[in-house]
Amino acid sequence: MKKETARTVRAFAIELAIYAVLVVAYFFLVLHLLGQWLYELEIHRRYVYAALAILLIIGQAVLLESVITFLIRLIRGRSE
Amino acid sequence: MFFPISGADISPIYLATVGFLIGILGGFFGVGGSFIAGPALRLAGLDWNFAVGTDLAHIVGKSVVAARRHRALGNVDLRLGSIMALGTIGGAEVGAQAIQMLKRAGNVNLVVSIVSIVVYVSIAIFMLWESRKTLRLEKGRAQRGLVKGGKSKKDYSAFGPVTRAIQKVKIWPMVALPTSGIAAISLWTILLVAFVGGLFSGFLGGGAGYIRMPSMVYVLGIPTHLAVGTDLFEIIISASYGTFSHAVKGNVDILIALVMHTGAVIGAQIGVIATQYFAGPKIRLAFVPLPLIGAAIVIYTMISGHKL
Repeated sequence: MKKETARTVRAFAIELAIYAVLVVAYFFLVLHLLGQWLYELEIHRRYVYAALAILLIIGQAVLLESVITFLIRLIRGRSE
Repeated sequence: MFFPISGADISPIYLATVGFLIGILGGFFGVGGSFIAGPALRLAGLDWNFAVGTDLAHIVGKSVVAARRHRALGNVDLRLGSIMALGTIGGAEVGAQAIQMLKRAGNVNLVVSIVSIVVYVSIAIFMLWESRKTLRLEKGRAQRGLVKGGKSKKDYSAFGPVTRAIQKVKIWPMVALPTSGIAAISLWTILLVAFVGGLFSGFLGGGAGYIRMPSMVYVLGIPTHLAVGTDLFEIIISASYGTFSHAVKGNVDILIALVMHTGAVIGAQIGVIATQYFAGPKIRLAFVPLPLIGAAIVIYTMISGHKL
């Protein structure tokens, strides 16, 4: 039981580390590129911005969940 | 990192950490965590109108992930969630209009701060009273031999008699909720509970799970595990509407919401798994300190005027 817990914790730590690297890259690439464009949109086309805001957050949620699921399968699958 | 939409300068690590913590809360308690996220954004320097709107946007993303996981575990009553979404949307719009009114009057920060403190403290006191009373009742049942071993995961509540009285109110139309084990309940009771939740959501931000989740358990009589999952499903619809409404009014910085959400994805995963190891009253008892932490942050911000 203890061995299994240790394996799960180790897999989670690896998953977290990989995820952190991906997220940092995401901050710099995507948000930096989108920032000014979204700012302009928020000022001039508020309704488009509102709809896009929802699509962006849902899109990110689905994307990141897929990344997490993939990482879990990859790391835990290998550790078993 | 500078966020041009709100004009705020906030560390992305701070935002991702806040997102991670409220992700755990969301997965475990089925709440959006706005009692932490709102005050945390306020502490970082956002005005309340931006904190409310941005938190709503972040809640949408977080709820999508957590609700999918709860759906896989069979913790979502789709019929109840769809009905509640209608009431919540009405309430959220009224709440968002109230925020606009206060914004125009120039006292949004003071009024929302005071209301949030009162609401958070009231919820914590009520849930402390109820869950402790329920756990005592369960212990008594175990001692009398009614519950084998005294460690049942069956969902009892000290508020049970009130819940049963509410379920006896027969105002047409009546709705059956077989997934939640309710033979018949008035549609208006469900809509009223949802409207009040929506009102808090539009006014204080987030999904208002801190008021809707207890209302679903105590007023509608939904088992806690189902209330958690259904609340998350319902929040996707209502918070999307709230986000749109607030964004049109200029209260959403989607970049902040996106950064917070990156942390929430991991947190939600941990929270959902944890619900499988605790019984309903224990989940509710663990919930008690959380609104108090939110209230403490708001009081601190009000007194010191401190921003991170």
